[in-house]
Amino acid sequence: MPSRVEFREDRCKGCLLCTEVCPTGIIQQSSRFNQKGYKVTEITPDMMSECKGCAFCAMMCPDYAINVYTTKSAKGGGK
Amino acid sequence: MTQEIRVTNYPEVLTDRASHYCPGCHHGTAHRLVAEAITDLGLVDKTILVGSIGCSVFIYNYLTLDAIESPHGRAPAVATGVKRARPDKIVFTYQGDGDLASIGMAEIMHCANRGENITTIFVNNTVYGMTGGQMAPTTLVGQKTTTCPGGRCRENEGMPIRMTEIIASLGGVAFAERVAVNNIKNIKKARKAVTKAFEYQTREVGFSFVEVLATCPTNWRMTPLQANKRIETEMIPYFPLGNFKDVLAKEEK
Amino acid sequence: MSTPKRIFVKGNEAISRGALAAGMKCFFGYPITPQNDIPEFLSQALPDAGGQFVQAESEVAAANMLLGAAGCGIRAMTSSSSPGMSLKQEAISYMAGSELPGVLVNVSRGGPGLGDIGPSQGDYFQSVKGGGHGDYKLLVLAPGTVQEAYDLTIKAFDLAFKYRNPVLVLADAIIGQMKEPVVPWVPENLDPDEGQDWGLQGATNRAPRLLKSLFLDDGALAGQNQKLQAKYQAMQAEVDQELFLTEDAELIVVAFGSIGRIVKSTIRKLRAQDHKVGLVRPITLFPFPSEVLLNLAKEGKRFLTIEHNMGQMVEDVRLSIRTVADSAFHGQLPGNLPTPDDFEEPILKALEG
Repeated sequence: MPSRVEFREDRCKGCLLCTEVCPTGIIQQSSRFNQKGYKVTEITPDMMSECKGCAFCAMMCPDYAINVYTTKSAKGGGK
Repeated sequence: MTQEIRVTNYPEVLTDRASHYCPGCHHGTAHRLVAEAITDLGLVDKTILVGSIGCSVFIYNYLTLDAIESPHGRAPAVATGVKRARPDKIVFTYQGDGDLASIGMAEIMHCANRGENITTIFVNNTVYGMTGGQMAPTTLVGQKTTTCPGGRCRENEGMPIRMTEIIASLGGVAFAERVAVNNIKNIKKARKAVTKAFEYQTREVGFSFVEVLATCPTNWRMTPLQANKRIETEMIPYFPLGNFKDVLAKEEK
Repeated sequence: MSTPKRIFVKGNEAISRGALAAGMKCFFGYPITPQNDIPEFLSQALPDAGGQFVQAESEVAAANMLLGAAGCGIRAMTSSSSPGMSLKQEAISYMAGSELPGVLVNVSRGGPGLGDIGPSQGDYFQSVKGGGHGDYKLLVLAPGTVQEAYDLTIKAFDLAFKYRNPVLVLADAIIGQMKEPVVPWVPENLDPDEGQDWGLQGATNRAPRLLKSLFLDDGALAGQNQKLQAKYQAMQAEVDQELFLTEDAELIVVAFGSIGRIVKSTIRKLRAQDHKVGLVRPITLFPFPSEVLLNLAKEGKRFLTIEHNMGQMVEDVRLSIRTVADSAFHGQLPGNLPTPDDFEEPILKALEG
């Protein structure tokens, strides 16, 4: 099931703790600085498909800068 | 048909604002564990936060709770006053290693020993963060700080204090556990322990205590990743993780 | 239980009974001579009344427990004696800065340091000028009799909540340990909602409340200090004193607490010998009865301040009358128990001019 990760770049402090725990190793430091001067982390669009939706990154992030979404089958009417 | 659902659900009581904590500081994680625990237990509306002095003095900006500021080290005494005034509320202190194990040693020992039905979250990062990296009672032997620049040595500074073990030895204590948040496995265990600590408060069986081993990258002069690694390589060997007291564990077997 | 018409009790017990009558719910204390009757009495009486008693691990802890309980808008009190009051100063400053209505009792003894276990008035500066750090003031009430100790303890709670400020009842070992008759009374119409519009309760269906004294933002601490000063100005309305034979007096003795009461005996004796002496006995040490003293000074009277210390309140007397007059001073040395005879000669000397 496709999953995706949203990084709140205004909250990221570039600590890279999320990169440590991602099981697929798809999180990396970008070359972008946010307004506070931190180099923010990202998952590049081409790597996003590898995301398992485990949300370990969000669990590890001390700044609640990560939101994870996953898709699942909508519960239908019985079939 | 597919539907996108949100996996990450941050509790409402966790204020949505950027924090002043340094990159890689574990305070944010520890705050979240408290928020999750009191949310899961349905205690948010009746929880009163007793803050302390240290980097986390601003915790009241990050948890939307009735809160009171304490003088350095005195949070367990202030919390005792709050709980005695409002015995039906959930009262907790959140303290660092200087606040709890140095200036506040008497207050935490006696609050715990009296078995006050309150919870203390003790964030141990082996250094005084807010004031710029001085030695703490939990600073490890050989660790360099601004007030032991050659590294802590037993002859001059004594040995680091293991608070959870000491607290567990006191009669009024119901629950005492040491956790870490340096990896996912430990974070999950930490969340369980913090939740249990608050749950025990609702059961009025005595004092509950969770020590959280945490980083201070800035004052350890390390990157966040290096600091996180130090938890595993240096701190856990001296401050072992695990439960040291659980008065309800035998009962439930 | 019906209120007895008259009881014969120590000042310490009167203070404890007054606190209970005022609806005190929590007491936090630590043993120290000469006030141990207070925690001992309350350790039984307060739980009997449905309240919470804690013997804290230290005076520091007790003062901080008071901070916590007061933060919930609950009537709470701590008591101690001089060295223990020194320990409480940080918490007092925090209570003042956070605007919390804690009630404190100092049954003062001789100092400095360990001193002795007898009476003194050596804590005037600590009480009135602020033993803790920063620009703050406590309302300070100084009983001179055991009945007054009862009455002023009740008043202390009312004033603490009226102004959201800590209030100190300043007694001494004489008042604390002496037994006198007391007519106990219970205040009527205690407001059950007192303190509930700002106290901590758990934020159910409302924005959370924060009680703190840290103000780091630009201008915030300045604003807080201005707010506190305005409050201390408003407290001037509570000024209280006893005037004893001042109208035709040539010499006004200024004395507070137990000394004020002992001096009255001296004055009665000297009046019988036709000496024109009177007494101003400040009952509130803050706010200080400056205006009353100044008015008497403008009438041309002379002043002698008598205290059981090396000269503390006399500074406030001199400040009050400085534009018109000065005050002589006689200090009963801490460590020497005062008698009416001790003050005869100093008063006569001051009368001579």
